[in-house]
Amino acid sequence: MRTIKEINEKIKKGQVVVATAEEIIELAGKKGIKKAAQEVDVVTTGTFGPMCSSGAYFNIGHSKPRVKLGGGVCKFNDVPAYTGFAAMDVYLGATALPDDDPRNKIYPGEFRYGGGHVIQELLEGKDVRLEVVAYGTDCYPRKKLETLIRLQDLNEAVLFNIRNCYQNYNVAVNLSEKIIYTYMGVLMPRLGNANYCSAGQLSPLLKDPYYKTVGIGTKIFLGGGIGYVAWHGTQHNPSVKRKPNGVPAVPSGTLAVIGDLKQMKAEWLRGTSMVGYGTTLTVGIGVPIPILNEEIAQQVAVKDEDLYAPIVDYSQNYPQCIPGALGEVSYAQLKSGKIKVEGKAVPTGALSSYAKAKEIAEELKSWIQKRDFILSEPVALLPGAESGYSFKPLHERPVT
Amino acid sequence: MISKRIVLHFPQRVAEKPIVYKLVKEYDLTFNILKAYVTPQEEGLMVMELSGKQDDFKKGIEYLQASGVKIQPLSEDVIRNEAKCTDCGACVPVCPTQALVVDPLTRKVHFYDNKCVACELCVKICPTKAMEIHF
Repeated sequence: MRTIKEINEKIKKGQVVVATAEEIIELAGKKGIKKAAQEVDVVTTGTFGPMCSSGAYFNIGHSKPRVKLGGGVCKFNDVPAYTGFAAMDVYLGATALPDDDPRNKIYPGEFRYGGGHVIQELLEGKDVRLEVVAYGTDCYPRKKLETLIRLQDLNEAVLFNIRNCYQNYNVAVNLSEKIIYTYMGVLMPRLGNANYCSAGQLSPLLKDPYYKTVGIGTKIFLGGGIGYVAWHGTQHNPSVKRKPNGVPAVPSGTLAVIGDLKQMKAEWLRGTSMVGYGTTLTVGIGVPIPILNEEIAQQVAVKDEDLYAPIVDYSQNYPQCIPGALGEVSYAQLKSGKIKVEGKAVPTGALSSYAKAKEIAEELKSWIQKRDFILSEPVALLPGAESGYSFKPLHERPVT
Repeated sequence: MISKRIVLHFPQRVAEKPIVYKLVKEYDLTFNILKAYVTPQEEGLMVMELSGKQDDFKKGIEYLQASGVKIQPLSEDVIRNEAKCTDCGACVPVCPTQALVVDPLTRKVHFYDNKCVACELCVKICPTKAMEIHF
């Protein structure tokens, strides 16, 4: 039908037709898939949710005299960064906590400040306190360093998230008699609430379920700036059970993404606190899907009514790694505010903001329309449904 | 008839006196206690919905104030920091009075502070700390 090259020509001429995933659903409903596929060149998707395997690497710039961070300790506002690289390179993870944070010693812990919050403050242009303790060498003699630093002072500041953008996710419930605090939020006892975390019909990988267009090198909206798909994400699990429409019925594919932090915005990368669980980073991602053929249009037009998520008990099944779900529900049901679990009406809550996901899809659409965003061709595809690639549990062996 | 949600602050010297029951006995008011801290050696705090005839209500409030109880309207207590809220909706199912609801069309979260009973559950669980308490 059309190629990415042809779409890019249309973008440059200002003739491209872009629709958000919501808009193509409406268009396909009115005019049919065939007509929608003919009319629309690109569909934009979006998601804005807590994604724990996120973080950024920095090159700090050499001090005088020099100091070697590798093998030493490096903290940003008391939050430790990983230093196992060369002299001035560090990686700050979203879930890192200050050493003196009480964590869950006072249960449930508040987790008010961690790596995700440092990243947000850097993006806000704030001064961050950098503290270094090193062992000192002949070529890097300095043993201590303390300074204020801003994002603009760093050489490289690169957001590199090794697992984002989950293709589908669990709906978390609590079957036990006591309140539990999870990464899926607070779960009230006896099925008090059901929390989900996906943008459903706007979510990038739900709209390209077989990874036909999203691959390594795909240019994306990342944290309010430009990013790229670097690899498949950790725990990428394409070989799971799929519905007849091809969409995974359980958590499956993931993306590793990368981009220059300096052109991102605090609005789209938020430090996040999950009470009783820890800190994380809420990440905004938007992926453009080129409508190369009718089949891709068909997939991209699947609506909330036809996207299903499994209901999982987080009091027993999840922590004990016991497989099995209490059933499945569609995203349309989840968005109605109530679902039925074991005969009980359970109110739903979301961790992923649909309103923000929609804003991202609209923002990316406007970038493409204004010729500010040209699509990229993926240089390699992600392991797909037939690849045999899958996610294994840990097999523990005695240490001899 | 009027009905208002109010916060009562009991200074230590009156915290142990029976005050609230007189609202029923002497002023013909009804109340529903939504939250109470009765901590010895400290100021007591009670959140209640108070209802009755306009005149009785006014007299009841005057009686409370004369007894040394400080009164604050409830709606001022929990505030949403709009800049911090991401409209995720994590607070919606835990809110016991449906003061936090998702607009079915825009999917934005609305906060109806007149329905809020200041239980503070949302303050505790909000992932971006957008719900703030101002006593």
